[in-house]
Amino acid sequence: MTDKVDITLAVNGRDYDIRVEPRRTLADTLRDDCGLTGTHLGCEHGVCGACTVIVDGAPVRSCLMFAVQAEGKAVRTVEGLANGDTLHPLQQAFMDHHGLQCGFCTPGFLMLATGVLEREPDISDEDLVDVLSSNLCRCTGYQNIIKAVRAAAAEMRAK
Amino acid sequence: MTDAPVHLADGRWVGRSLRRVEDPALVRGQGRFTADLKADHFVRFVRSPLASGRIVKIEAPEGARMFTAADLAAVKPIQPMLHKFNYRPIAQPILARDVVRFVGEPVAAILGRTDAEAEDFADQVELDIETLDALVTADEALGDNAPLVHDEAPRNVIVEGIVKTPDFDATWAKAAKIVRIDARSRRQNATPMEARAGHASFDPSTGRVTLTCTSQMPHLFRTTVCDALDMPESELRVIAPDVGGGFGQKMSVSPEYVMLVFLARRLRTSIAWTEDRRENLIASYHSRDQQLSLEGAFDADGKLLALSGDIVANIGAYSCFPTTCGVEPLMAMAELPGPYDFRAYACRSRGVATHTCPIAPYRGVSRPSITFVLELLMDKAACELGIDPVDIRRKNLIAAFPYTSATGLVFDEASYRETLEMAAKAIDVPAFRVRQKAARAKGKYLGLGFGTFSERTGYGTPAFAARGMGITPGWEQVEMAMDPSGFVELKIGASPHGQGLRTTLSQIVADQLGINPNRIRVVHGDTDRTPYGFGTFASRSLVIAGGASVLAARKVRVKLLQIAGHFLEAAPEDIVLEDGNAKVAGTDRTIPIRDLARAAYHGAHQFQKDFVPGLAETATYDPGGTFSNACHVAIVEVDIETGGVKIEKYLVAEDAGRIINPMIADGQIHGGVAQGIGNALYEEIVYDETGNILTSTLADFMPPTAHEIPPIELHHRETYSPATITEAKGLGEGGGIGAPAAIVNAINDALSPFGVSVAEIPATPQRIRAALRAAEQRS
Ligand code: FES
Ligand code: FES
Repeated sequence: MTDKVDITLAVNGRDYDIRVEPRRTLADTLRDDCGLTGTHLGCEHGVCGACTVIVDGAPVRSCLMFAVQAEGKAVRTVEGLANGDTLHPLQQAFMDHHGLQCGFCTPGFLMLATGVLEREPDISDEDLVDVLSSNLCRCTGYQNIIKAVRAAAAEMRAK
Repeated sequence: MTDAPVHLADGRWVGRSLRRVEDPALVRGQGRFTADLKADHFVRFVRSPLASGRIVKIEAPEGARMFTAADLAAVKPIQPMLHKFNYRPIAQPILARDVVRFVGEPVAAILGRTDAEAEDFADQVELDIETLDALVTADEALGDNAPLVHDEAPRNVIVEGIVKTPDFDATWAKAAKIVRIDARSRRQNATPMEARAGHASFDPSTGRVTLTCTSQMPHLFRTTVCDALDMPESELRVIAPDVGGGFGQKMSVSPEYVMLVFLARRLRTSIAWTEDRRENLIASYHSRDQQLSLEGAFDADGKLLALSGDIVANIGAYSCFPTTCGVEPLMAMAELPGPYDFRAYACRSRGVATHTCPIAPYRGVSRPSITFVLELLMDKAACELGIDPVDIRRKNLIAAFPYTSATGLVFDEASYRETLEMAAKAIDVPAFRVRQKAARAKGKYLGLGFGTFSERTGYGTPAFAARGMGITPGWEQVEMAMDPSGFVELKIGASPHGQGLRTTLSQIVADQLGINPNRIRVVHGDTDRTPYGFGTFASRSLVIAGGASVLAARKVRVKLLQIAGHFLEAAPEDIVLEDGNAKVAGTDRTIPIRDLARAAYHGAHQFQKDFVPGLAETATYDPGGTFSNACHVAIVEVDIETGGVKIEKYLVAEDAGRIINPMIADGQIHGGVAQGIGNALYEEIVYDETGNILTSTLADFMPPTAHEIPPIELHHRETYSPATITEAKGLGEGGGIGAPAAIVNAINDALSPFGVSVAEIPATPQRIRAALRAAEQRS
């Protein structure tokens, strides 16, 4: 067993002072130490993308990153996506286009898409499919997820 | 109350693509999944690294608390039962005792204060197992001198079924052509994105335990765990919170859940287990793994006269609970004739035990495999008889209803031919043939394939009773109450895991009561809060829980009309409920429904002496069952150099009866097709010859991504079912049933210039290349 270290994690604009083992993943830390269970774990080996969060503007798999590596960086999770009562355009689009069924993969897809659309608002439809193919969904067959993200992209561009 | 269908055609909510009430929490990350719960202790299961062996020693590391079979003397094993003369009841121990029978079988449970600590301890357990010979395939297990997986099952056959219609031999003799297919449907895993998880918590003030877990059937989990631990069911509450997909894998009660409740009671604490993906792939339930040999006797015109089948299912080391390992092989035997009209049928079906992970239901259960092999047979027959694949289906599909199949199933009605024609027209077969020829000339190999099927859905106790399971599921119950504010709470025994049932049921009930669906809350997945029920599987919840909801709503409606009649001074028959009001038809006399609700609770004195206060009703529905049907069509391109397959077009023409919410229905079909495509082309659990699993990560198992799944074109036909109250048939599984057949037929059509074909799913590049290589070597 390894000694714990004190770190401060900035998540969704709020600081969390926590003690973690250095081996603890960012995903486990967000879920268990920060109480932000919206980030889900589907594989813990970097394939499914359910654990995707945004670190310093880029989508990352939080199961493949240690919490200590995220210290000093800005972490965003699905809990920080909506602006109070107003849903993020992606959240709204997922509901409007039936882009979720069980909803387990949804936070990962939302954060993946958010990260990508913020960095590349004019991304082409083909590239979007490319990017979305980095996460797995077992329920929806992807078509409605693609539809939702394209719709949200158009809306975000229009704004 | 009668079970007659109610006509909801002018219903304002049924038939609309209402947004799901489930979604707002889920998109905010506010879903509540089992692994989100905190616990005082965490458990890890120490699992067998060997497929077959004798346990010599299990030793816990210093400071760890560990439980083995020796600690479970008072705990009964899980005993799935099938009352069939040829079923060998095999019990599954909670923790392996003396011997291990598959890689991943739990042999010990070890505790830690954190999940990581439990995992560290589990890694340090000294486990000494003496290796015994392992049987990995059904062929090995059926071999002459094969060792026995269980002493109770001679020749390792756990279950066997045989049918032969009296006219079989005579009909067979009349055939002009016998066509044979030997096919394999390899071992797969349902792979819900959320793996299994459980959290058991002991409440010292009541002595009760709450088990929160990833379950498709919480009430049956409660019964099974209580049976094993010999505890009253009232002492256990089972909650299935948000469940991240199940697809059948989460309907079987596995030993881990018994262990969790055992530990919570023994240690008087809360204890959690979250399965990791490797465990899910090696030790949760697998599926399929069948060899199917089929012979069809055709006349010269391509009419199928008789069918003979031999089905061998590798069911793994144990029988699953509650369906038993008979679920795949016996259902395959009963439903193999599918949508085709012929009278003579003979089939043998065996479930064979091996030293592999047990097999359990997975979306479509047996139908993906039997549809695959039967549709391959149809295409092969068409080819050998020189008939077009669409024509041979036209000639053979059942057209007149009701129809009793060779195995005695009664098809109330269906649209096999109509959906075939819809699909053929939409895909434009002649235009495709022209394109295919032109492409071939350029070295591009396109193929077209059909998958036509009949899917038994929404069946109740009579159908299950015929199976002879130890428990007979089938009916569903609901409790409905309109409260004094006019809001409705509907409690159901069904327990969805992503199908949007809360939304669809509220649409159904809203139409019955004339209120907005947003005034209806559907409660599920909690044995303390809901009536006993069988949960969600076999495309049944919307049909059966939906039917029960209609029946309960009708009772509430009758009462509302009575009360309205009193206030509006009109006969109840003259009153309609709509837009939240009770109105006397043809007049402007109206009263809000919420006033009626309040009066039902607070104004009992105003009514006659026999008035029962309140608006709470219960109803049960137990339908005979019905059949959905569809025709799937795929156009694929096969890369002859690599064996890779690209799906160029995918089309479904389906008939699931009345559609309650088109958006959700389409979503179910999309998802099913995507899983079917995964099953057809990519996903396979591979064992080596010693019974070790080579595919224990998602990177090895390869579920498809957004890249591999093409847009799916849907065509609907709504033939309202006369056999169900809502006139809906089930559709949860259909999407997955047609895909392997359509895709592999398309692959074989593309390969036809080379005179080769594949008859195995997944039809991987390796398998396609092997077929092509064999042809190259022949020439
Ligand atoms: S949980 Fe991180 S990629 Fe699957
Ligand atoms: S919605 Fe269930 S896994 Fe994507």
